[in-house]
Amino acid sequence: MSGSRLAIVGHRLLQAVPSIIGIIVVTFLLTRALPGDPAAYFAGPAANEESIAQIRAQLGLDKSLPEQFWVYVVDLVDGDLGTSLTTGQEVTDDILRRLPASLELTLAALIFSIGVALPLGIMAALRENSWIDHLCRVVVTAGVSLPTFFTGLFLLYIFYYLLGLAPAPLGRLNILYLSPEPVTGLYTIDALIAGDFDTFWASFTQLILPSITLGLFSLAPVARMTRAAMLQVLGGEFVRTARAAGLSRRTVVITYALRNAILPVITTLGMVFSFMLGANVLVEKVFAWPGIGSYAIEALIASDYAAVQGFVLTMAILFVILNLFIDIIYTLVDPRVGIDS
Amino acid sequence: MSALPPTKDTTPTGGRQRSAKVFWSQLVYIATGNPVTLIAFSLFLMIVIIAIFGPVLAPYDPLASNASNALQPPSWDHWFGTDNVGRDVFSRVLVATRLDLLISITAVAISFVVGGFLGMLAGYYGSWWDRLVGRMVDTIMAFPLFVLAMGIVAAAGNTVENIVYATAIINVPFYARVARAEVNVRRNAGYVLAAKLAGNSDIRVMALHVFPNALPPMMVQVSLNMGWAILNAAGLSFIGLGVQPPTAEWGIMVAEGANYIVSGEWWMAIFPGAALMLAVFTFNLMGDGLRDLVDPQRRT
Amino acid sequence: MPLLDVRDLTVEFATRNGIVRAIDSVSLSVKKGEILGVVGESGSGKSVTSYAVMRILDRAGNILEGETLYSGMDLAHMPEAEVAELRGREISMIFQNPRTALNPIRKVGHQIEDVLHAHAQAAGANLKMAAVDALKQVRIADPEQRYHSYPFELSGGMCQRIVIAIALACRPQLLIADEPTTGLDVTTQKAIMDLVVDLARERNMGALLITHDLGLASAYCDRIVVMQDGKIVDQGATDMLFANPGHPYTERLIRATPRPDSLLRDLLTDREETTTPATTAPATQASPEVLLEVKNLVKTYPVGSSSPLSFMDSVRRKIARTPAETFRAVGGISFSVGAGESIGLVGESGCGKSTTSSMISRLIDKTEGEIIFDGVDIGAVPAKDFARHELRPAIQMVFQDPTESLNPRFTAFQSISDPMRRLGGVTSTDEAWSRAELVAKQVGLPAHLLTRFPHQLSGGQKARVGIARAIALHPKLLILDEPTSALDVSVQAVVLNLLADLRQEMSISYIFVSHDLNVVRLLCDRVIVMNTGKVVEQGPADQILSNPQMDYTKSLVAAIPHFSS
Repeated sequence: MSGSRLAIVGHRLLQAVPSIIGIIVVTFLLTRALPGDPAAYFAGPAANEESIAQIRAQLGLDKSLPEQFWVYVVDLVDGDLGTSLTTGQEVTDDILRRLPASLELTLAALIFSIGVALPLGIMAALRENSWIDHLCRVVVTAGVSLPTFFTGLFLLYIFYYLLGLAPAPLGRLNILYLSPEPVTGLYTIDALIAGDFDTFWASFTQLILPSITLGLFSLAPVARMTRAAMLQVLGGEFVRTARAAGLSRRTVVITYALRNAILPVITTLGMVFSFMLGANVLVEKVFAWPGIGSYAIEALIASDYAAVQGFVLTMAILFVILNLFIDIIYTLVDPRVGIDS
Repeated sequence: MSALPPTKDTTPTGGRQRSAKVFWSQLVYIATGNPVTLIAFSLFLMIVIIAIFGPVLAPYDPLASNASNALQPPSWDHWFGTDNVGRDVFSRVLVATRLDLLISITAVAISFVVGGFLGMLAGYYGSWWDRLVGRMVDTIMAFPLFVLAMGIVAAAGNTVENIVYATAIINVPFYARVARAEVNVRRNAGYVLAAKLAGNSDIRVMALHVFPNALPPMMVQVSLNMGWAILNAAGLSFIGLGVQPPTAEWGIMVAEGANYIVSGEWWMAIFPGAALMLAVFTFNLMGDGLRDLVDPQRRT
Repeated sequence: MPLLDVRDLTVEFATRNGIVRAIDSVSLSVKKGEILGVVGESGSGKSVTSYAVMRILDRAGNILEGETLYSGMDLAHMPEAEVAELRGREISMIFQNPRTALNPIRKVGHQIEDVLHAHAQAAGANLKMAAVDALKQVRIADPEQRYHSYPFELSGGMCQRIVIAIALACRPQLLIADEPTTGLDVTTQKAIMDLVVDLARERNMGALLITHDLGLASAYCDRIVVMQDGKIVDQGATDMLFANPGHPYTERLIRATPRPDSLLRDLLTDREETTTPATTAPATQASPEVLLEVKNLVKTYPVGSSSPLSFMDSVRRKIARTPAETFRAVGGISFSVGAGESIGLVGESGCGKSTTSSMISRLIDKTEGEIIFDGVDIGAVPAKDFARHELRPAIQMVFQDPTESLNPRFTAFQSISDPMRRLGGVTSTDEAWSRAELVAKQVGLPAHLLTRFPHQLSGGQKARVGIARAIALHPKLLILDEPTSALDVSVQAVVLNLLADLRQEMSISYIFVSHDLNVVRLLCDRVIVMNTGKVVEQGPADQILSNPQMDYTKSLVAAIPHFSS
């Protein structure tokens, strides 16, 4: 059994390859297929003839398209994403520097989102027509209507301006504090590792509002799917068999219903990640969070094409990895995977 | 088995004449049957009216700035207050309805037609059509969708048309998948095979037998997708893509108001944001009502 | 004292359209060691009764009145916690659709252990042993291996054995079986029923068998209760009931159930008989003219063709040059059908009969062989082009599930007139209506139903619409793919007679595809028996049934549950 499971996992890894190829091709086309002279775009609005020619040679833009693609791929493998116009640094360096901030934000949002949505959906399904069921339905209907950037501003207004509870939206850490020794890059974890509770608390409080904002929108689909999946499974025939066999309510709900209901929820996570990696940008703008989302916004405004391309590529690769992760978890949980239905 | 003689009420034209009347009576039945659906349809109607007549209904010129009257909180003169250059927020919110709705409806229409068509072909013919459409959908879905939209607009140019195209492209996978799944399920249904036996060509079978039955689930998707398309378009303009000032559009208005909310001038960001929320909410609620309208089994 | 004593049980359901009374004052009893059959058609309330006894009714269901006494204890008014203890340990239930009755992601061995554990019948190391033992009891080969299997790895019959093992693991006193063999092949059916009855007798259990199949009930039950529209209309010892049915409904059911020696007209009660003079045997005057000839027909499918192969897999295959694995659905069959003749194509699921009929009707393409209809090699015409062929109207089909075979968005009129407009040269609506009304009359469909949608019609009415649509173009060959297996037995009787009448009136040839030999015998001159894609035996219908030659045919005939009378 485990041998074939391993084979299926390996199979899934292989299936990620076409996705990555697709991403590389699309990002290539997006930036090379620009109207006008791509070299001028990459050199920036302030460039002169000489620097444009230099960029053109550097990126190989005078060669044929297939040759350009080759140059592009070789550069990628090298880790070379070009140079940013605004920072003057290598794009790769810029991104790696700012990535941990986005990761911390996304992770926190995920924990919040799933931590609330799962129990809510399960309880709503178990107690149909109770107050918690109605709450769940309100959350689901209203949740998908909330524009993330609006929610962030609204929460800021209430909790920062009116109530004074939340700290100012000035980034990850108040100026008074120094960032902790970088181990993981996540300020909260690093602060805990260093045993510095003051810094931990400071960075944690900065994190609360942005992560709730980011997590709120994805709360709805997860709660809805959990509730729907639980209801469907609870009404299903094998649960009927389990009840008729006299199994305890706890066994029926957890071993029979929940384990089966969790499967479609896992697949919903793919959609959640897609949303979160995109909405990251919006939240980072509202809260001045120094992650790659705000990096991309600055790049867009400055027409810094290399940086924008690097951002899109990074997010896409991240997304592929996350999806792979979900796929593998699903494969391990569902023994039917790999069978042609 | 002895057969009954035909009764008098089977008029030959009876079936035909009734269909238009039937549609409206069904509409009323569905709308009034469920209070939630009624609210959704009413809100939708209100939004459409505002979109069409916005400029006429607006009390002030949405572009008229008045520096001395800047940053006024809501009052009887200015229901939603004024913004940082003295423009009336209420008028701007009203007028923005048209632009936001136009962007999303156009984008959803394009992706519905393109995605639905491709998905139908993939679901009906299978084999290499399926593989081709599958690859295309997978390539789009390999990106976080909002990020892809950003990339498309960045590459193609910072215009409103490109916002529409970018939103359309990232929505194609939804429709392609739903269409494919619904067509696939019905491909070998008895009545589809019977339609082939009755001499219908493949195209007729797809258009007249399969697609009309695949439509109800797709309609739910359309409504939910509209809400999402509006949010996407507003998100793109929030970060500065597409719409440029001084155009009135909900996303850009929230962005402009964002700078002032931390100092307490909340009305510039909150009102357009609330309008946005209301529009999305209405479309989501309409999803169920639409499905009931199109599905014959829900009829009397 | 009876083991189970149900007294005046009344159950109501709260539905969209108000309160519906599902069963009304139902009283029955089961003694230790006795097998009681509850027989009825759909909507009779037989399943609701058993769900009410087990207290597993839907949330919308409510026991209004009555008592359900198990060994003197009233289950209907017991607290849920106490009833839960009795379930599985004292009273067990098995359901239809064994595949969906098991947890799809849990090993079957563990599912049996769950029951044992819940009722403290075994613990720790003993748990596995007890589970394997339970598997042995239901006669599963290699029980230690099977313990680790998942339901999707097992056949329908084996899944049902697992369900039985779970139900009997704690040695209950009473077993309720709700249509346990519906959906299973007829040979598997017999094996499962034999198993259930053997175990019940062995352990001196009381059993309640719920079924719509009177033949099944008569073969296995000591006493029978007949239900109609939520009430009990008749009951008695099996022999007595069949010899002397007390209620006209019972009589109708008995008559309508096809038996090895019944004739088509016998299926109908007197008031349903046609006005045209009935012949006592189906018309066997088949002319020597051959209408359809099938020669060495083969259909193969590449394995895994339904899901698009992964990119790497297809690359690997091409590199290694391995041929794609194929599945031989039909492996070279030959037969012929004469003009006006009716032949039956019989076999269990997966034998290739449906694939064969799909090829003959040109809905799918053959892989090899010839299909010659009226002298024309229609097999050579690709399926997607056949819609335009001149012979398209000559071959039509009636499908199995009346609900699924009608377009939910078409009225009955639209469904019937579609072939007329496409192939019958009908252009005006008036003409379409008059012709539709004519055809409706022929199939006994009241004309005012033509404007209705499928969800507003009953099962029998939908079946008539399907038949009307098929004969609208006056075909020469009509393929009937299990046209009555989804219908109640009384409706089936009427539809079968209708089909016989139509055949006589219009001189159509029939290919009747079915798994039910008794039904086939009533309507067909000749029978072709198929198994795993090949023809096993063919010959005159009566001969095949009374004197089968091949082993497979013999086991098929022997598996049909027959009346003891």
